[in-house]
Amino acid sequence: MPLTFQTYLNKQTKAAPLAVFRILFGLLLVVSMIRFWYYGWIEKLYLLPKFHFHYYGFEWVQVPGNWTYALFFICGLSALFFAIGFKYRISILIFFLSFTYIELMDKTTYLNHYYFVSITAFILLWLPAHCHFSVDAFWNKNMRTEFIPKWNIDALRLMISIVYISAGLAKLNSDWMYKALPLGIWLREKTDIPIIGQFMDERWMHYLFSWGGACYDLFIVFFLLWSRTRLLAFIAVLIFHLLTKVLFPIGMFPYLMIAASLLFFSDSFHSKILATISRIIKIPHETFCNGMRLTTSSVSHRTALFILPLFFVVQLLVPLRSHLYTGNVFWTEQGYRFSWRVMLMEKTGYANFKVVDGVTGKRFYVQNEDFLTAFQQKQMATQPDFILEYAHYLGEHFKSQGHKNLQIFVESYASLNGRPSQEFIDPSVDLLTVKNNLLPKSFIIPLKND
Amino acid sequence: MKKLYFLLGFIFFAVACGDDNTGTGNMPETTESFDRGEMLVFWADDIILPAYSNYIADLDVLQESTDAFYANPSLSTLNGFRDAYILAYQSWQQVSIFEIGKAEEIGLRNFTNIYPANEELIISNLESQNFNLILPSNFAAQGFPALDYLLYGIEDNEDAIIQVLSSANGMNYTEALVNRLRNLAGEVLDDWNQGYRDEFVSNDGSSATASTDKLVNDFLFYYERFLRAAKVGIPAGVFSGNIEPDRVEGLYSGNYSKQLFQAGFSAAQDFFNGISFNSGRQGTSLKQYLEFIHISNDTEVDLGVRINDQWQSAESALSGINANFRDQVNIDNSEMLRLYDELQKAVVLLKVDMLQSLNIQVDFVDADGD
Repeated sequence: MPLTFQTYLNKQTKAAPLAVFRILFGLLLVVSMIRFWYYGWIEKLYLLPKFHFHYYGFEWVQVPGNWTYALFFICGLSALFFAIGFKYRISILIFFLSFTYIELMDKTTYLNHYYFVSITAFILLWLPAHCHFSVDAFWNKNMRTEFIPKWNIDALRLMISIVYISAGLAKLNSDWMYKALPLGIWLREKTDIPIIGQFMDERWMHYLFSWGGACYDLFIVFFLLWSRTRLLAFIAVLIFHLLTKVLFPIGMFPYLMIAASLLFFSDSFHSKILATISRIIKIPHETFCNGMRLTTSSVSHRTALFILPLFFVVQLLVPLRSHLYTGNVFWTEQGYRFSWRVMLMEKTGYANFKVVDGVTGKRFYVQNEDFLTAFQQKQMATQPDFILEYAHYLGEHFKSQGHKNLQIFVESYASLNGRPSQEFIDPSVDLLTVKNNLLPKSFIIPLKND
Repeated sequence: MKKLYFLLGFIFFAVACGDDNTGTGNMPETTESFDRGEMLVFWADDIILPAYSNYIADLDVLQESTDAFYANPSLSTLNGFRDAYILAYQSWQQVSIFEIGKAEEIGLRNFTNIYPANEELIISNLESQNFNLILPSNFAAQGFPALDYLLYGIEDNEDAIIQVLSSANGMNYTEALVNRLRNLAGEVLDDWNQGYRDEFVSNDGSSATASTDKLVNDFLFYYERFLRAAKVGIPAGVFSGNIEPDRVEGLYSGNYSKQLFQAGFSAAQDFFNGISFNSGRQGTSLKQYLEFIHISNDTEVDLGVRINDQWQSAESALSGINANFRDQVNIDNSEMLRLYDELQKAVVLLKVDMLQSLNIQVDFVDADGD
């Protein structure tokens, strides 16, 4: 039988892997939200700052004061609901919207893994993850199926592949491969961890980790896909992510990726997991194993087949957009975010803003701690779009204080991957005359010894 | 089958990559590693503890000369009081960097050296005798700046000053200020001696809460905020656009502002270079740490040398400056601005290059990374 696209779309598989992923993903996010709250980060990162850095085009997203706690509560609760498959479509939609809103409130907190959560939730929104082993399917016999079209699981696998392979390709740069940076900077301080700690300040170890990490990211998906190497690959996944957990403050990300890699395992593996859970919570697993197939004529199914291909085209293109800009992407950070550039740079900066009266020439310097938290100052000083946005904010602030003929200049220095610090933003440019947009930022001084 | 070949090709590529890597062998060997723990021991035993002991000894002298003044208020005992005050103020500059542990917990710096002093508050406290020095609202009515005002500024001439100080109210307030300085410093040193030293030294990891990371952050905070900005930048009008000569340290005594700055600046340099407080011998330091990284990573420049060179430029800018910063700002502020610029250039080296090299985060939020 010729394998056409149509036969592929009709190919059915067990719904179990999708159900297991739904449960693990949801529960890990519940833990994530509780952890975020418990550490006091809602207050520290969202309520204490007087000013928030916005994503281009999302300036309208504001922190809703003390309602932020409610937002986190709704987000966590919806994660719990979709994990157990209760009112799945609505809860995953609410989760996607609330989580994404939280992420859009301040780009200071941007992390690739938060972005991964957002877009994975977006994909799940279109998948029938609730038709098997869920509260919805338990209550509604008509919804219950044992099989779903295979492409639903492949869609998630494709997303994970894009993440890994993009991350691997991004590592193929001279700092990472030939200088073992920034890993060298980070690892050499880790001599106090057990067993391997004694080698952590050796250069060969830095190269081993750099090259090993690049190879892992580039190839792990292929080894997971092939049943003969799958178990070995999964052990590699465990070692890799748990090692990053030990070495770096990386939060819940390792667990998310470990859970995601289970998607590559066989149907029978996932059926066994569900059978085990069934025994524990005393629900007959057989209820869901009714031999039914998901109807492929439904509106949601057809909409998903329209939306998701478009989504994946975007996902393939977005990481490549940095090539539209000249200069070193780590230095200019134009097209840096949303591109799976994970742990690729150690950047430190310092930005000193000068407020000048353009007519009288009178000038003074800004004390950044008057406006920004330590965390915001740190993030601002290394990212040109933050520097520009902050300069405009300072302009508004001093204008409202009655200052006239305002000009704002910045004296800034940054250091990338162990290079000596160098001037970052052109100190002769009045930042108030520069518009904040996605066009190339000509006020960035190009990186020397690139 | 096709898939399998594809995969084998990839594996071959991966292995080839690996071989290529181990083949490039011109990386410098690191035979020994830098011991952060050793540096912490040196900081505690050779710098911080001796500096506190010295400061407290000078506060004891200050208490004695206060007693001597009140036993017999005269011009000569006032001068003794003033000398002891300046000596203790100078010794304070050598511990101010170390706002860690108990000092951080009680906010030692806030109760010791917030200036400009609040003249009205001092007078109202003194007259009403109704004051609580524990309150943050009284930061600017106590510590050295308040003593500076009482000893030099509250009246125009010495006789009048002696009269105010030796009044019942004056005596009560002045003694309260001196005793509080002594008690707070004693509390901090006691804590170091009763366990904190060991806790500090054993916390020798490299996380944001490790002793090295915390004290380096404290050091930079001191350098940027209290040395560069408070002593020089603010009076010179760097942050307001207008000169503010009345915001110098030691405003009323006048001729000591440069001396006080120099004491703090030298303490900062000695901390960085690892100069033992008592013996002057050189120990494990940030400078050595940077030298170690320079050699083991074969970097172009030794950052520690650059930082010291930059401080030399600041020292030479300082040499031409009047002993009284207030006069300097009023007469020729450009010299003060030059000093500020030289101090500022070192901030970039410290906060950007050094933190990058040592992988210390200037970040007080323990948020996740990715």
